[in-house]
Amino acid sequence: MFLLFFTFFKIGLFTFGGGYSMIPLIHFYAVDKYHWLTEKEFIDIIAIAESTPGPIAINSATYVGYKVLKIKGSAIATLGVVIPSLVIIIIISAFLMQFKNNVYVEYAFMGIRVGVAVLIMNAAIRIYKKVDKSILSYILVVFGLIMGFFNLIPIVYVILIGGIIGIFYNVLINKENKVNEND
Amino acid sequence: MIDFILLLVKMFLIFFKIGIFTFGGGYAMIPLITEEVIKNGWVESTDVLIDFIAISQSTPGAFAINIATFIGYNQAGILGAIFTTLGVVLPSFFIILFIAMAFHKFKTNKYVIGFLNGISPVVPGIIMSVALTFILRSVFDVIDLNFKDFKFQIWAVIIFIISFGVSKLKKRIHPIYIVLISGALGLLFYGLF
Repeated sequence: MFLLFFTFFKIGLFTFGGGYSMIPLIHFYAVDKYHWLTEKEFIDIIAIAESTPGPIAINSATYVGYKVLKIKGSAIATLGVVIPSLVIIIIISAFLMQFKNNVYVEYAFMGIRVGVAVLIMNAAIRIYKKVDKSILSYILVVFGLIMGFFNLIPIVYVILIGGIIGIFYNVLINKENKVNEND
Repeated sequence: MIDFILLLVKMFLIFFKIGIFTFGGGYAMIPLITEEVIKNGWVESTDVLIDFIAISQSTPGAFAINIATFIGYNQAGILGAIFTTLGVVLPSFFIILFIAMAFHKFKTNKYVIGFLNGISPVVPGIIMSVALTFILRSVFDVIDLNFKDFKFQIWAVIIFIISFGVSKLKKRIHPIYIVLISGALGLLFYGLF
């Protein structure tokens, strides 16, 4: 139990830059070192983590925890991965308040805001590359872009509309080969 | 006191909602967070939110947890941080538990597959729209995108081109390098000129 907690604590502490960069670390500990999972199970977990709501880090911690110690394990692994962030960010927040009005810090952040836009753009491109290429998906990408940019309706509805269109498409039009191409 | 408790509950519920609708990892949260946080006035300005995003990307841990903690702490201290983090964690926690118990039924259900197939192209579209909004804000130096009183910022364009170029040098360059480079360029350009 402690091992599970500390492993995910370490993963939370030593991962910079979001859930995707945790994947290699989780693989190292859960598959190679402690054999909590087989290679096949690991690949399944990543697939599930990517296709279900929520951050990849939490999804994979919950799933690995469940495999090891059922519900108790899920809770422990998730706590482990959350606590480092919580503590570090609270400390940084407290410091940040002090530098808030420093003019050089503001200059740096004026540049960083552009850098953040680049990072977000790259994330969008990366996720887009995984989308299967069809006319419907091109339409949905443009739909998301326009709705998001002009704030026409709340984003939650944009996502739901996309999902509902996907269901109709899959059930009514694309009746054949629906399962095969999704693995 | 009552107001504070109501604020905590509201923060929890909104981050719970964000957790439910985040498909495809932490970056997919950014559009939802921007929308909700600006609407509720939980940061002083969009600039502050973008700064939080930058720091959340360059500190250890999952981006989603970092940004939730940041906003919660900024608005309501340590309790706020705990409530927003719990909010964003619990939906995936329960959904994954449910799936872990009944995995195969979920994965071959044609409604689930259709739903996910529909969502997966919408998400990069929305994320791109936020990136565009953020870039235009910096390039035209405007608070919102009404363009009432805009000023063309050539430095923002140059920083954008350099950061984008650097981000394409390696296949998966770490976000912290982009944050550091764009920060150094900002200090240089805006500080000197």
